[in-house]
Amino acid sequence: MAERYDAVIIGGGHNGLTTAAYLAKAGWKTLVLEKRHILGGATTSDEIVPGYTFSVLSYVVSLLRPEIIRELELPRHGLDILPLDGTYTAVPGDYLWRRDDHAATMREIRRWSKSDADAYEEYGQLMADMARFIKPILGIVPPDPTSIDPRDWLGVMGLARDFARLPERQQAAFIGLMTMSAADFLDQWFETDPLKATMSASGIIGTFLGVRSPGTAYVLLHHYMGEIDGAFRAWGLHKGGTGAIASAIASAARALGAEIRTDAGVAQVRLSSSGDRATGVVLESGEEINAGVVVSSADVRRTFLQLLEPGVLPEDFEAAVRRFKFRGSSGKVNLALDALPTFTANPGGTEYLRGAVSISPAVEYMERAYDDAKYGRFSRRPYVDIVIPSLVDPSVAPPGKHVMSCFVQYAPYNLAEGPADWENQREAFGNTVIDTISEYAPNLRDVIVEANVVTPWDMEKEWGLSEGNIFHGELSLEQLFFSRPIPGWSRYRTPIQDYWMAGSSTHPGGGIMAANGRLAALELLKAKKGKVA
Amino acid sequence: MTVGTAFHPRTAPLNAKMQWREWSGFFAASEYHDSHVIEYNAIREAAALIDVSPLFKYELRGPDALRLVDRLITRDATKLTPGRVFYTPWCDEHGKVVDDGTIHRLDDADGGQVIRWTAADPQYRWLRMNAHGLDVDIADVTERDAAIALQGPLARKVLEAATGEDFAGLGYFRRRVARLAGIAIDVSRTGYTGDLGYELWIPAKRAVKAWDALVAAGEPYRIRPAGMLALDVTRLEAGLVLIEVDYTSAVHSHIPAQNFSPYEIGMGRLVDLAKADYVGKRALLAEVAAGGPARRLVGLDIAWTDIEALYAAEGLAPYAPPTVSRAPVPLQAGGRQVGRVTSTGWSPLLKKMIALASVGVAHAGSGSRVQVEWTVEAKRRLVSATVVDLPFFDPPRKRA
Repeated sequence: MAERYDAVIIGGGHNGLTTAAYLAKAGWKTLVLEKRHILGGATTSDEIVPGYTFSVLSYVVSLLRPEIIRELELPRHGLDILPLDGTYTAVPGDYLWRRDDHAATMREIRRWSKSDADAYEEYGQLMADMARFIKPILGIVPPDPTSIDPRDWLGVMGLARDFARLPERQQAAFIGLMTMSAADFLDQWFETDPLKATMSASGIIGTFLGVRSPGTAYVLLHHYMGEIDGAFRAWGLHKGGTGAIASAIASAARALGAEIRTDAGVAQVRLSSSGDRATGVVLESGEEINAGVVVSSADVRRTFLQLLEPGVLPEDFEAAVRRFKFRGSSGKVNLALDALPTFTANPGGTEYLRGAVSISPAVEYMERAYDDAKYGRFSRRPYVDIVIPSLVDPSVAPPGKHVMSCFVQYAPYNLAEGPADWENQREAFGNTVIDTISEYAPNLRDVIVEANVVTPWDMEKEWGLSEGNIFHGELSLEQLFFSRPIPGWSRYRTPIQDYWMAGSSTHPGGGIMAANGRLAALELLKAKKGKVA
Repeated sequence: MTVGTAFHPRTAPLNAKMQWREWSGFFAASEYHDSHVIEYNAIREAAALIDVSPLFKYELRGPDALRLVDRLITRDATKLTPGRVFYTPWCDEHGKVVDDGTIHRLDDADGGQVIRWTAADPQYRWLRMNAHGLDVDIADVTERDAAIALQGPLARKVLEAATGEDFAGLGYFRRRVARLAGIAIDVSRTGYTGDLGYELWIPAKRAVKAWDALVAAGEPYRIRPAGMLALDVTRLEAGLVLIEVDYTSAVHSHIPAQNFSPYEIGMGRLVDLAKADYVGKRALLAEVAAGGPARRLVGLDIAWTDIEALYAAEGLAPYAPPTVSRAPVPLQAGGRQVGRVTSTGWSPLLKKMIALASVGVAHAGSGSRVQVEWTVEAKRRLVSATVVDLPFFDPPRKRA
């Protein structure tokens, strides 16, 4: 007799674990099944080189919802976020270092442009206002656009009311954010190339778009909504790497009674004989588990096209799933270092390395990086977002040594030679990234102990991220809010009864928010009126 | 990182208690002496040197420099002839105050006008945006020029001793060039203390030499350096508002209540609705046509006897904090909140607890009785206060 659970959650990433915690909290007998040997999914830390702990994929935290931290008492379970202060942009022969000191940042920007220094404050003010306006979206379940139930629309109506109340200038800015490219949007304020290029970078992360592509301005805002301890826009590092966030959520889930199994990949979701209701899962080992509800925190492609047997989904729904855009565009190079790299142009000391170090010297540089990707090549000179967590968290490297995390864009999943050719190009990609950084920090090669290169192909194979998209699908406007993941199916339900979704493919998207997992659980509990399935 | 001003080599050793605050990215001394009270006394009884170099300073040059000024400020800049200085607010297109400062007409040069524009907040972008189509060069000279306020009843004597020049003829809000220790400087009869005083505009590279000359000349007059704490008391007595304390710049406001028109911060007399078009004029006309704003800046005379009574009720001797509080405090009338107190402090000269407040127009008339929240021993109470005309302190020597 197979064991039966009220809910089985496929995937032990931060969202799956969050769903499990909330369901367990409601008294449900809950089981999480993780394919890999460790929890976390893309929120994972791994000691790939002995003594060096890498945040292998995701590497910074900011969007993790404060209500989840409170409700699951995550600090008690090990949540420990350290400050990531400042952004150093390397420019040939110079630099631009913005940091958590207003006067210093103003003086630094004024060195480049006096006008930009003034504009920087105005821009920050406007984005804070915009984020404050849009942020409630992250905490509400999107309405079904076809629904006439007014309760569904209450949250949105509040938003529409707030929008009408915004000053005209802010309304215009909002429309701009929704329609413009990041570069055009920033052009309204700034003239300093490295400043614009670095700021525009947050408009392209996780998308297959360039800084001049319309729609990227919104993604700027998405990243502006980060919040730590009530402070908007603050980004942090997690002690022990991002995997420790998943560990904290897992610990909370276990404390609430959830069971969690690793090395337990799900082969298929079992359906009732009528084929329209989920009844459990079959593991890759052949083991069968019965469940009242199955929740998939995998991305939509995996959730519907791989975990279900063909032919059970409505055709139009399945077609929409197939159309959902992944187009992974980024890679990761993790370096174990003997010593810190030294950037040729620097303000002295090593403090400039304690925050983000950005290879984004010019807007044109960013756009050229995209040009390569459009035609199926990784960028010959990519945008690189570097952090060296060991500078604020010595626990991740041996004393005096460092780990360096390099997020790289563009690394298109779809190479001209096909995605499988990443096997042949991985090494060249890693070398390109190291060469690119070395142009600004020539001693980098001398201090590398070992490099770990993660391509979008690896992300798909190892972590199940379709096409290597770090957000379970692009954060483009047509794939957000009530269109995420599929228009009409933004509320975590699926056409299969008792089969639910909770991953980053759902509203509000990716970025270690865990909002998806929480909202899915709450929506599920509401649907079942809190009663166990 | 905060940095020193051009006077730092002299001010740093004088700052015996290492009491600094940050002002626009520069170190500004809070107090130099054992207590700021002696510095306050220097401003009111002798002469004091206050380093005001962190002020944002812009130089406008060109045939259209004055047109740019006129396009922005609420006063009629066509009357700003060489040698005159205006204190003025400037507004955004909604008639809300962006900032306030002094605008100095220097001597014309190269077929154009030369303007020194001082501001609390950075204005470079605002000036540049509004200079579209005008023939004017705008330079940020914040770090090029040091500035020092020489304030107090003996300020003129010190200045005359230091320069060997006669300043009796330099009227209130006038300026002229001068030489100090061989350095070409500019002197304006301005200040933030409500007293007789001057502000000296000095090339930053010669700042230390200028300081030494002023201190040497001022020695017989018991000149002292004064910090921000003393300055704050004097500006409160003078009824002068401080941006981000008594009002919020339109640039930094997040909600309508944080926006202030000049009429709401006691600057109505500085608004010229008859002059040529300028940024915010239409909105200001509409505001006046609608009967004016709903709140006003007022001075408060807070009943010290009430405060004494609160302390007495706790078995304590009364206490008047010697510094100005910038904590906003509720203001009530008839049991309802009708405004907020923004700057509160004891005037050593007037022997009164005084305050600046923003209050509903119904209670803004001189003589109106209101109540101010006052906390003693963590107990919130109310004390009575009377609305009075500003400034609290206005010595004839200021203009003489």
